[in-house]
Amino acid sequence: MYTLSSKLKLSAIILMVVGAIGLIYAFASAPSTIEEVKEIIASHEAHGEHQATANAHATHDDAHADKHAEHVLHQLQNKPWSATYVAAFFFFMIALGALAFYAIQYAAQAGWSPVLFRVMEAVTAYLLPGSLIVFAILMLSGMHLNHMFIWMDPEVVKNDPIIQGKEAYLNVPFFLIRAAIYIIGWNVFRHFLRKNSLRQDEATDNRFYKKNFKLSAAFLVFFIVTESMMSWDWIMSLDPHWYSTLFGWYLFASLFVTAITVIALITIYLKSKGYLPEVNNSHIHDLAKFMFGISIFWTYLWFSQFLLIWYSNIPEEVTYFITRIEDYNLPFFGMLIFNFIFPLLVLINSDYKRVNWFVVMTGVVILVGHYLDIFNMIMPATVGKSWFIGVPEISAMLFFAGLFLLIVFNALTKAPLIAKRNPFIKESKHFHY
Amino acid sequence: MSSKVIHAIYTDDDLLMQAVKQTREARYRIEEVYTPFPVHGLDKAMGLPHTRLAVTAFLYGLVGLSVSIAMMNFIMIDDWPQNIGGKPSFSFLENLPSFVPIMFELTVFFAAHLMVITFYLRSKIWPFKEAENPDPRTTDDHFLMEVDVANHNVEEMADFFANTGAVEIKLINK
Repeated sequence: MYTLSSKLKLSAIILMVVGAIGLIYAFASAPSTIEEVKEIIASHEAHGEHQATANAHATHDDAHADKHAEHVLHQLQNKPWSATYVAAFFFFMIALGALAFYAIQYAAQAGWSPVLFRVMEAVTAYLLPGSLIVFAILMLSGMHLNHMFIWMDPEVVKNDPIIQGKEAYLNVPFFLIRAAIYIIGWNVFRHFLRKNSLRQDEATDNRFYKKNFKLSAAFLVFFIVTESMMSWDWIMSLDPHWYSTLFGWYLFASLFVTAITVIALITIYLKSKGYLPEVNNSHIHDLAKFMFGISIFWTYLWFSQFLLIWYSNIPEEVTYFITRIEDYNLPFFGMLIFNFIFPLLVLINSDYKRVNWFVVMTGVVILVGHYLDIFNMIMPATVGKSWFIGVPEISAMLFFAGLFLLIVFNALTKAPLIAKRNPFIKESKHFHY
Repeated sequence: MSSKVIHAIYTDDDLLMQAVKQTREARYRIEEVYTPFPVHGLDKAMGLPHTRLAVTAFLYGLVGLSVSIAMMNFIMIDDWPQNIGGKPSFSFLENLPSFVPIMFELTVFFAAHLMVITFYLRSKIWPFKEAENPDPRTTDDHFLMEVDVANHNVEEMADFFANTGAVEIKLINK
């Protein structure tokens, strides 16, 4: 049995407190009136940071300046909300991806991974709180407390025939009902998978294993449909004028690789503390192979989406990338180094994939890269040019990181770290590659 | 100069693995082992060094990547930068996305083919090569270990291999 060390608990709580203070500060310091925004813009111009825009403004009439200030006001008001949403979604998707990975291991009857099942189950423990937090943010958006989803604003929809055409799908009640269905579905599957896994420990036959096998197969069908729809609802609808057909897969690759990375990091941590004696460097090698392969899969989807839109250059599709290349140049292309080039060069070597500190280092880089990936999906639609990775973004990450650590490591204490009567556990203990 | 070798033939891969380990412990020099199929862990038991084919493949891939970049940069950007369907041919970077599929394929092409050719050269295989098989049964269901006699006692060695479970032991003048 794993016992939660007080040091870890304290660090998690400190992360949460620091994050919460930062978030309160971020929400409190967001401008609430157009006058404040004008002051911010004026002070920027006084610093000479916006020489070109200042000159351009001089020729505009006051009405236009007001409109611009209102636009910036909405962006700045969205900033703490979007920062929270990015971080909440990032950690939620780790839990969801871990559940998908877990179900795949069951459905594929993998012989190597059963010694890691309890770690995967613990990561999915964050699914319930994580998905409820995301749902709460979506609900608050539906109550018009922020302007993240512009199609929720009746004023915007009134003058926008494109969104009007999508109203049958994009309306707040249906949106929330869909979200509720996904969340309930995932959590019910998670609940029973975990329950059967624990019952199998005490069982005398393989009844619960077989149940979990069927449950996993059913979950994977449910997951791939709901994950795809979730990506349209929760991410793609932030840009309601834009659509892409492989977006669901693209998001899936992102959540899958982060989940595998987190499973690897937690496994290495627990092993270094002596809690997982059955895990050998071949298990780490396999996890690192998954990190390597899915990183490249992510890049393939990222590039396929980018190339097809860049190549045909159709105006209604390409604006998505134009805003990202012009306003988010560094994070947009920088994440390719984190998510593709670094894992490619480091994890290509078979020996390095067995060395813990190589896997940890690459894992941290992959996590940062995929945070940037989610950042690039959400921020350009909600805060546009006013982005910055500052207090709101970092505090939100710290807060949710603390919460994630607390819940996941608490879940690890609830059951023995090695599944006892899994039919493949013996093979898994002797696994070597 | 003629050298003598002993051919010890086994019918089971587990026995063969055991025999290889015992032979190495007894400090006899194994010249070669012939098997009908890959025996997992045999290279480790024989103490063979790791293959470096993967490293060569990586380097060949880099060559392929360089060839594709140099080729397309010369053709599409330097030599005749036409406007084809409005694609920006002012610099390589601006038109990079449309080159990536070719860069990828050439990298894989070079890595795969040159590595295979390297493998053929290093293992000395070609179409009209005469087979070096000492016993045709080793391509079907027998395993053969060839051990250098050097200045050991032949009788002693024969006894030793009989004890390891060999079904046939032959002394060969090479």
